[in-house]
Amino acid sequence: METLNLLAQGFAIALTPVNLMWCFVGVFVGTAIGVLPGIGPALTIALLLPLTYKVDATAAFILFAGIYYGAMYGGSTTSILLNTPGESATIVTAMEGHQMAKRGRAGAALSTAAIGSFVAGTIGTIGITFLAEPVVKFALQFGPADYFSLMMLAFVTVSAVLGTSAIRGLTALAVGIVLGMIGIDLQTGQPRFWFGVPELSDGINVIVVAVGLFAVGETIYLASQRKSATPAEVIEVKDSIWMSREDWSRSWKPWLRGSLIGFPIGAMPAGGSEVPTFLSYYLEKKLAKHPEEFGSGAIEGVAGPEAANNASAAGVLVPMLALGLPTSATAAMMLSAFQSYGITPGPQLLSSQPMLVWGLIASLYIGNVMLLVLNLPLVALWVKMLKIPEPLLYGGILVFATIGTYGISQSVVDLLLLYIIGIMGYFMRRFDFPTAPVIIGMILGPLAEQNFRQAMTISQGDMTVLLTRPLSATLLALAAIALLAPMVLRWRSAR
Amino acid sequence: MAEQKPQAQAWQDTAVGLGVLAMAGIVVWQTIIIPENAIYARVGPKVFPWLSAGLLGIMGALLTIAGLRGGWEHDSGGDTDWQSLGWLGLGLILNAILIPYAGFIIACTLLFLCTARAFGSRQPLRDAAIGFSLCFVAYVGFDRVLGYKIGSGLIERLL
Repeated sequence: METLNLLAQGFAIALTPVNLMWCFVGVFVGTAIGVLPGIGPALTIALLLPLTYKVDATAAFILFAGIYYGAMYGGSTTSILLNTPGESATIVTAMEGHQMAKRGRAGAALSTAAIGSFVAGTIGTIGITFLAEPVVKFALQFGPADYFSLMMLAFVTVSAVLGTSAIRGLTALAVGIVLGMIGIDLQTGQPRFWFGVPELSDGINVIVVAVGLFAVGETIYLASQRKSATPAEVIEVKDSIWMSREDWSRSWKPWLRGSLIGFPIGAMPAGGSEVPTFLSYYLEKKLAKHPEEFGSGAIEGVAGPEAANNASAAGVLVPMLALGLPTSATAAMMLSAFQSYGITPGPQLLSSQPMLVWGLIASLYIGNVMLLVLNLPLVALWVKMLKIPEPLLYGGILVFATIGTYGISQSVVDLLLLYIIGIMGYFMRRFDFPTAPVIIGMILGPLAEQNFRQAMTISQGDMTVLLTRPLSATLLALAAIALLAPMVLRWRSAR
Repeated sequence: MAEQKPQAQAWQDTAVGLGVLAMAGIVVWQTIIIPENAIYARVGPKVFPWLSAGLLGIMGALLTIAGLRGGWEHDSGGDTDWQSLGWLGLGLILNAILIPYAGFIIACTLLFLCTARAFGSRQPLRDAAIGFSLCFVAYVGFDRVLGYKIGSGLIERLL
């Protein structure tokens, strides 16, 4: 009951005209950037981080959450109509959805994706509502040693388990941790990795790294590939966006199943939306009455994975809000937004900033409704955005990358850093290194070090505390299993 | 795709592995020169740098081995379009050189123009017009309305 009471207060905050406006701006911008190839929610939040100097925390997070949810909706539009999934989680949507679009069923595919996203987003937000407090209560028992071990687990799952290669994921993570250490060590006052450059002694701003990897790196990569690039064709929406009775009856179960798969996986400290979308796809294929339709446009194959994707995106907010543990690049950018307000996410957040958190959660419900209303009728507008010619799109992306970076302190050094990180991003893309672990390592690395130091201060330098505290030992054991199990399995199957 | 030029690819992947090893080397070098002694701390400022250097080093070694064994699967990279990269690089460099002196609007209009060219546009006048309008509106919006300062310059001074 108390939860509902708090939620009601949250709605009172989210429904004020100003916050409704921010929510609307968020979902609108979010959908737009989700539609545009080459821009994702992490990059957008990075570019909007400077806003945090201007508006209050609640408004900023309502905006960011709107962008986060909106980008999921927009991403599915692109993968259905263009077949160039903006992010890995929508690969599955592209498989079936694009086939449906090719057969003249684009409207139905967009519909089932949007309504499925709404159902999943709402179920996921209900999940956040009722899971946040229990998780916080549990997390209050965490000591610094347990936090450190939890972060180790997140490091392993984010970089080694998800993604194609543990080695490349861990390399990206290590690079991120090093980038996060640049500058004055807050506890001892010693400068680290500053190469004698004064600008570096304050540390590298995470905006520079995110914009460098996601905007500059991606643009360089696409420019280098122009000879082999085949111009993608946008499929027109010719059929009605209203689903037929048969579409409804084939969609509603996959929506629910997808939500139930996606949310728990997203809420785990591992995160990631690839696993739930693929799981949902295979489940729907197994349960379908006409499994032979899969591969040539089965509506279940859009409805389920799209719901799983959105539900897991909602799930990611649970460890983010309750533990201060981001498991995706976007969540990591939100964490750094919290930091720029001087707010520490984690178990204390719910008691120290209850109205911020509940206002945010309430605005997720509202944002979902707005997205449903906004998405389908405006599909013609999104199709227009898809047709922005590449030269203008990437020119614009680099202009905004410059604004975000140069505006930090009007320093050319920041621009040069942006370019260096962009070149690194190009090589990472070219040789298939994941980029999200860089951001997560950069944000979480300093927090892991801080917790490690606190743990060692409490235990007076006794390292075994990591293994003698049951919680910490369990988390480290899970991390070890997550790291080693795939290797052992591969080694055994190779023999 | 990945099988196109196995020889060249193995060589490139080995180079990536060696590059990561070199980064680990730089981290080790920078870790050694971190001053330590001034302030008492249970965990000194070098502990995490050493751990990161170790992780980076091990991964670099494993990547090098993977490269020597023929590399891993990724986009073959095809034919790198050097002309496009040249235009893009020119735009980025001009941007960094001009922005402190000529200002955001001029520097970024040129960046926009060069980037559009890199992506195959052959209408420089149209691109310049669109780029200039975008930069102008963005400058007024961010610098003047939102108060997110992006510097001054030749055109900015007149506003």
